[in-house]
Amino acid sequence: MKKSVFIGALTVASLTAGIAAAGTLDDVKARGKLNCGVSTGLVGFASPDANGKWEGYDVAICRAVAAAVLGDNTAVEFVPLSSKTRFTALASGEVDVLARNTTWTLSRDVDLKFDFVGVNYYDGQGFLIPKSMGVTSAKELDGATVCIQSGTTTELNLADYFRVNGISYEPVPVEGNSEAQKLYLAGACDTLTTDGSALAATRAAFEKPDDHIVLPEIISKEPLGPLVRHGDNEWGDIVRWTLNALISAEEYDITSANIEELSKGTNNPEINRILGTEGNMGEMLGLDADWAKRAIMSGGNFGEIFEANIGEKTPIGLSRGLNALWTEGGLIYSPPFR
Amino acid sequence: MTMINDQSYVRTEMLGEKSPPVSNVGIIGWMKNNLFSSPLNIVLSLLSIFAIYSVLAALLPWVFGGVWYASSLTECRAILFEIHGEATKRACWGVIRERFWQLMYGFYPSDLYWRPNLALVWLFAAIAPVLFNGLPKKMLLVSVAFPFVAPWLIWGGSFWVPVMAFMGFVVGFLVHRITSKTISSLVGIILGVLAALLWWLLLSGPIAEMMESIVPLEITKVGSRQIGGFMLAILLGITGITLSFPIGIVLALGRLSNLVIVKALCVGFIEFIRGVPLITLLFVASVLLNYFLPKGTQFDIILRVMIMITFFAAAYMAEVIRGGLAALPKGQYEAADALGLDYWQAQRLIILPQALKISIPGIVSNFIGLFKDTTLVSIIALSDPLGWVKLIQGNAEWNGVIWELYGFVAFVFFLFCFGMSRYSMYLERKLQTGH
Amino acid sequence: MTTLTDPPKATFRLSMLLYDTRYRSTTIQIIVLIAFMLGAAWLLNNVRVNLALAGKDFNFGFLQQVSNFDIGQRLIEYSSTSTYGRATIIGLLNTLLIAVMGCFAATVVGVAVGILRLSPNWVISRLMAVYVEMFRNVPILLWILLIMGVLSESLPQPKDFRGENPTASMSMFDSVAVTNRGIYIPEPLFSKGLGDIPVFWNSFEISLDLMAILAVLFAGLLIGKLIKTRAMQIQAATGVLPKTGLIRLALVVIPVLLVLWILGFHLGYPALKGFNFQGGTRLGNPLLALWIALSLYTAAFIAEIVRAGIMAISKGQSEAASALGLRPNKIMNLVILPQAMRVIIPPLISQYLNLTKNSSLAVAVGYADITSTLGNTTLNQTGRELEAILLLMGCYLAISLIVSTVMNAYNERTKLRER
Repeated sequence: MKKSVFIGALTVASLTAGIAAAGTLDDVKARGKLNCGVSTGLVGFASPDANGKWEGYDVAICRAVAAAVLGDNTAVEFVPLSSKTRFTALASGEVDVLARNTTWTLSRDVDLKFDFVGVNYYDGQGFLIPKSMGVTSAKELDGATVCIQSGTTTELNLADYFRVNGISYEPVPVEGNSEAQKLYLAGACDTLTTDGSALAATRAAFEKPDDHIVLPEIISKEPLGPLVRHGDNEWGDIVRWTLNALISAEEYDITSANIEELSKGTNNPEINRILGTEGNMGEMLGLDADWAKRAIMSGGNFGEIFEANIGEKTPIGLSRGLNALWTEGGLIYSPPFR
Repeated sequence: MTMINDQSYVRTEMLGEKSPPVSNVGIIGWMKNNLFSSPLNIVLSLLSIFAIYSVLAALLPWVFGGVWYASSLTECRAILFEIHGEATKRACWGVIRERFWQLMYGFYPSDLYWRPNLALVWLFAAIAPVLFNGLPKKMLLVSVAFPFVAPWLIWGGSFWVPVMAFMGFVVGFLVHRITSKTISSLVGIILGVLAALLWWLLLSGPIAEMMESIVPLEITKVGSRQIGGFMLAILLGITGITLSFPIGIVLALGRLSNLVIVKALCVGFIEFIRGVPLITLLFVASVLLNYFLPKGTQFDIILRVMIMITFFAAAYMAEVIRGGLAALPKGQYEAADALGLDYWQAQRLIILPQALKISIPGIVSNFIGLFKDTTLVSIIALSDPLGWVKLIQGNAEWNGVIWELYGFVAFVFFLFCFGMSRYSMYLERKLQTGH
Repeated sequence: MTTLTDPPKATFRLSMLLYDTRYRSTTIQIIVLIAFMLGAAWLLNNVRVNLALAGKDFNFGFLQQVSNFDIGQRLIEYSSTSTYGRATIIGLLNTLLIAVMGCFAATVVGVAVGILRLSPNWVISRLMAVYVEMFRNVPILLWILLIMGVLSESLPQPKDFRGENPTASMSMFDSVAVTNRGIYIPEPLFSKGLGDIPVFWNSFEISLDLMAILAVLFAGLLIGKLIKTRAMQIQAATGVLPKTGLIRLALVVIPVLLVLWILGFHLGYPALKGFNFQGGTRLGNPLLALWIALSLYTAAFIAEIVRAGIMAISKGQSEAASALGLRPNKIMNLVILPQAMRVIIPPLISQYLNLTKNSSLAVAVGYADITSTLGNTTLNQTGRELEAILLLMGCYLAISLIVSTVMNAYNERTKLRER
């Protein structure tokens, strides 16, 4: 495939270039770069650092996929997308993977024609409120002003929740998280509602985090995960199994520290199959044998990625909770590599 | 009874000029005349002085007492707490120091900053012949080369690509020249355009590749996504205005022509674009344009936005040029007719040079407006300066910084726009050839 | 031009389409039309193919679906069980509201600033110049964000009104509450109201109280106008103008007051209950921020237009007026402004249109205008990009065309008739 080139200010030739080929995998390989849709700046999930290097939890997934497919975890073009532009960008082929804390819902899966390849964060919508308000339950929020990000599922959940409980509220829809945070801190809204992870990240950035609490009610299920276009199952498989490889790696204690040693061969066949010393998993996916090894080395296993970006040692300080492995009481579970 | 001698009080020589009373000159006089000339004025003056004082008293300590050396908001707050204690608000300029280049150039590789800078300098050289008289004619070559060299400098790639793009014009012009001599000027124009299109679509690519393989002249490629910050705003503004210029001329002429269908199409286009907000056109660029193009056609979002911004600017440009055309005295058209010039000759030699000169201030203010409007691309998630504000706020170190970033961006926009508007006023005076 | 001999009656040849100026313009037009139609057909066909490939169709049925989201600022009834169509109408009404409010405020501020910039008072004219340059040279989107920030950070929170020693208190005899969530003003209530009648298949309700008041008001104004006409006739006939001002004022005021009393008019005051002020009419903060930003931004441009308009009137006009013995304010009102209006109005129209279009930036502060309800939330929830954006553009186009038609008609009426 010929790369689309911007020839000159008045040239039209570029309009015809860049016809998408059949498979995303071939496209990515030909391009030598993975186009990955991420958030326009969400603390802990995706943001560029002072050197322009992207970092975050969603970013790490993109890097792992790039490492698996291209062998280079820096071969990623990060495309910041807003909640409005994200689906169009994926549908039109502008990005190959969308890893932008997007909730898996039926209508997105079926009507918008995407495939969610898995869940990398089990989230739920909560409320952040100043302690001084003396509110202990979301049911006491009758008449409150609520800051909310427009165009997301949270807006619908909120309407549903207040309708079910028969209480009223005043919505203040805002564009992004930083705007919501600003209004909340100024007291222009009583409470801020969004996904629990984002609430924690927001609270962590406050001057006095202890003055604010997250209410116990979780009013929705928000399984967040990467998604790809419907219909290209080979590509979907690659992203799905890259995520599963990260999860399995945590389960089998494959870490970025010991992976070199383990990849020389172990007596656990599952580890061997993941790391490509046994079986031909990579070949089945259309990749080479080392694909999962590279994915894990890119940023560590699932647990390492979690701890490095949003875990308890980071300013965001999220505990694993639902996002612990199934063996530790969480929901994170990978189908077997067999 | 009276004698002439007695009139001793009549002065025979002039008195020296006395200086006016103290209350009318110097600083007191000035204040009396300009500030306190009437009760209403006294009240207004005092109110304004109070307003200015209270704004500055709040703003200046915040701005100048800010912390420049801190690498995160928490650190900055800690420093401020140490110096000023609780509840003192001072700016954390550390974020600007750390992220200055990102706000200016986005992700553009820092070792290649010279390329967009050179393109900008080239731009000034390119518009110099328009602005200053008496420059050598050879300077026009710089202007002609600009539309081809600037994209090459910014996006990089093979040097043969802009050369081949330029060759398209040469081919079109030659075909036009030959056919209009032998057949007719109308056929000449059509064939010329067709030949140029064919060249660009079919021949330029392979020939550029061939030349590249013979004489490789390639510089590092930079993807559109790497361009951000003020560089993106300036780039969008300049491409919008440059590309809209020829389209705007055609639209303006079309709107004033007496060909009914051409006129209707031009009026329809201009009024449609001017009737909808730019943000809806940007939505079209980000969401809808893919529907209108053949399946699988794909070019990056910045190019799509450029197309829509060009359409937008062209409609406004057409109105400015129409104003310039309308301002020309009718005698100019009649004189052109009397000389026996045909429509295009008259436009090229007599009408447009004058009309465009009158339009320059309007074009500059159009450009300022467009430059400011480029901030809207942040709503469709492009990384212009406001988009970068969001990205920086999304970083754990600087989450929560608001006023410093907005203030800085507003300040830079002000510098650019204010400078340009002053310059355009100067131009207006300079270009004034009337009385 | 006359020719000495008749042009040869040549028979029509095909090449005349190109060479003969009589036919050439037709040829060009036909070529252009064909090219345009081919282009349009190509685009439409692409849309058809792309929609089919994406498994979508083109219909506006989604407007009938239940929206499931709430809107804070609304002029007519709406809840999360209403349809997307109704959300669109709410947005359209909000756009019109901000446009009308903005144009009004921008004109008032703009004219004042434009005149003050020419004031001999140095501080005032400099201050106005600084204001104009600051607003003209910084993008409107930034102004909206900055003003929203200033409003929400500097005004008191509702909780500041609470407690034994509140740090904030209500103004205007406890009738107006200014908070950083909005301004609460007293609302008119009718204890013996006539109720509402639903129109348009129950989609809107029109207040009969309001109708009654408006009817009485108009009747009063109409009778007043008749009296005025009669008075003018008397003046024309006898040279004495009968004093009718008081009668006319009474004719307007007394019946309205009477109607208000019959309907049991009283004001509903806002009061702090729970998290927020309840009762009264609320002007939400997003609306205020957008209103202030749009008005101040556009006013800066209007001020320049007004200044240019006043300066375009030659000095001889004001000198002639003072020679006639007119006072300075009469010179402004009777001589300068009426002439300046002719210069001012055409650019003013385009400023009004710009303000309306700029109100689409409401999405940045969460004001529920049509871009926000239709172009943002509805589009996101339904995935109907094509329909939503086309409808959105259609609405703005309709508003723009209506405004420019009305204003151009006005301009046509006041235009100087050139000889």
